[in-house]
Amino acid sequence: MNHSEAHQLAEHLFRREAGRIVSTLTRVFGIDRMELAEDVVQEALLKALQQWPYKRIPDNPSAWLMQVAKNRALDILRREQNFREKESAIVAEFDHHSTGEYEELFLENEIHDDQLRMMFACCHPSLSEESQVTLTLKTLCGFSSAEIARAFLTNEETINKRLVRAKQRLRDANVELEIPAGGELLSRLDAVLKAIYLLFNEGYKASHGDDLIRRELSDEAIHLCRVLMEHPAGKSPSASALLALMLLHAARFPARMDDQGNLLLLKMQNRSLWDRRMIVEGITYLDQSADGELITEYHLQAGIAACHCLAPSYEDTDWEKILMLYNMLIQANDSPVVLLNRAIALAKVQGPEAGVKTIEEIRSSKRLDSYYLLYAVLGELYFEMKRYEEAATHFRRALELTSVRSEQDFLSRKLEDVTKFNMN
Amino acid sequence: MSKKDYMFIFHGGSYDGLSPDEVQKNMEKWFGWIEKLRNKGVYKAGEALEKTGKMLSQKNGKYIVDGPFAESKELVGGFFIVEAGSLDEAVEMAKDYPDFSNGGSVQVREVRVIPEP
Repeated sequence: MNHSEAHQLAEHLFRREAGRIVSTLTRVFGIDRMELAEDVVQEALLKALQQWPYKRIPDNPSAWLMQVAKNRALDILRREQNFREKESAIVAEFDHHSTGEYEELFLENEIHDDQLRMMFACCHPSLSEESQVTLTLKTLCGFSSAEIARAFLTNEETINKRLVRAKQRLRDANVELEIPAGGELLSRLDAVLKAIYLLFNEGYKASHGDDLIRRELSDEAIHLCRVLMEHPAGKSPSASALLALMLLHAARFPARMDDQGNLLLLKMQNRSLWDRRMIVEGITYLDQSADGELITEYHLQAGIAACHCLAPSYEDTDWEKILMLYNMLIQANDSPVVLLNRAIALAKVQGPEAGVKTIEEIRSSKRLDSYYLLYAVLGELYFEMKRYEEAATHFRRALELTSVRSEQDFLSRKLEDVTKFNMN
Repeated sequence: MSKKDYMFIFHGGSYDGLSPDEVQKNMEKWFGWIEKLRNKGVYKAGEALEKTGKMLSQKNGKYIVDGPFAESKELVGGFFIVEAGSLDEAVEMAKDYPDFSNGGSVQVREVRVIPEP
């Protein structure tokens, strides 16, 4: 054997398969047996680990894992008294999938539907957004509690408790594993999109924590959105907009840090490092998202991201279009970050003075006296206006307000620059 | 230097709490290790053992059947047979064993050869 066996396994195959198999087994055995599904999947993966290297990877690794997990689940359930009555129905359900000439195709479709049902269950409105994201990562993305804890900068116990509570709540609320239809579909789809968006943002907020695993959160969010959109029920202009938004942000990941791991502002980034393929794909989805009449927050954010991705340089960015999109966005979302970003665009279009004036208004109306980013932006604008003393005051204030190292380093460098200019 | 056969006997180790991604990464290390040995032309055989089994012994002429094994610590999970010039060389090859970090260990033993008379 000269070829590398290991390379035959797609990256994150086990993670993906775990999510697929847990979804299918949970559909067959019921949502109250989700933990059984998780356990037998883990056993199947370990069995593969202990067998495949000695022999070879089976021709269809996914089918092998599904078969082993299913058999193990049936073994366990057969020992339970009350299961015997339901057994024939469940076995029939499985056999149904493993006969007939369209076996493979049918199986694939079913499994795909199962994932979607699981997505709707994990993002059920009876769960908090935090629980939705945690449960999605665990059941659909095949993350361990330890990995989720690492990504959320908390401990494993907290995550385990959250998962137990979430599953209990699903049981209490008698949540069905189903793809909602009719009028319910839209609102339930919104919840799923929101959870995917939160998951992506969790990964996108770099600057602290385990960067590698956080990056994976963003990748998972993109993956889930793709799975969702492969299904007629999930394919909607909002989903296209969300996928576009995520791709257009993820495309810029490779340029976000310098060699020392310091966060780089958009202005400083080496644009040749941006992922062109992702940008093209993002733009394609953005075009598709214009299909409906609805303009969601995702549409506007994706539009802004597209302006940045398509600009040849920071200075040659279509700031007027960005400002227009921000003007629309603040109608739906007037969070401090959005308001500040709008002020930056405004400063680009109308000059730094206009930016400062707007930020001062935000500061008083939103009572943002202790928001470091606000002072960092003010410092930047005063610097542009060559009012170095005021710039220094604001950079210093920003420095006091952040405890994140890469941000502190960045602000310290700014402060040094200002001091140099001030002396000249 | 004439080559001899050595057996690597894999003991214990626990995969408890590994995530699917970690299981896959571990498997990739196993494939990588076997491939490395194959490419050197020294890998002769290997098998994994199931956890289930019996321990058979005899006391006062009676067979005693024990097991299955409760504790996995002492459990042999599998073995390789490799060719090496010396015990030291075989030990060197065993250093790529992927499960040290999971608490496992490798026993390296020379396969005895009875010389032809």
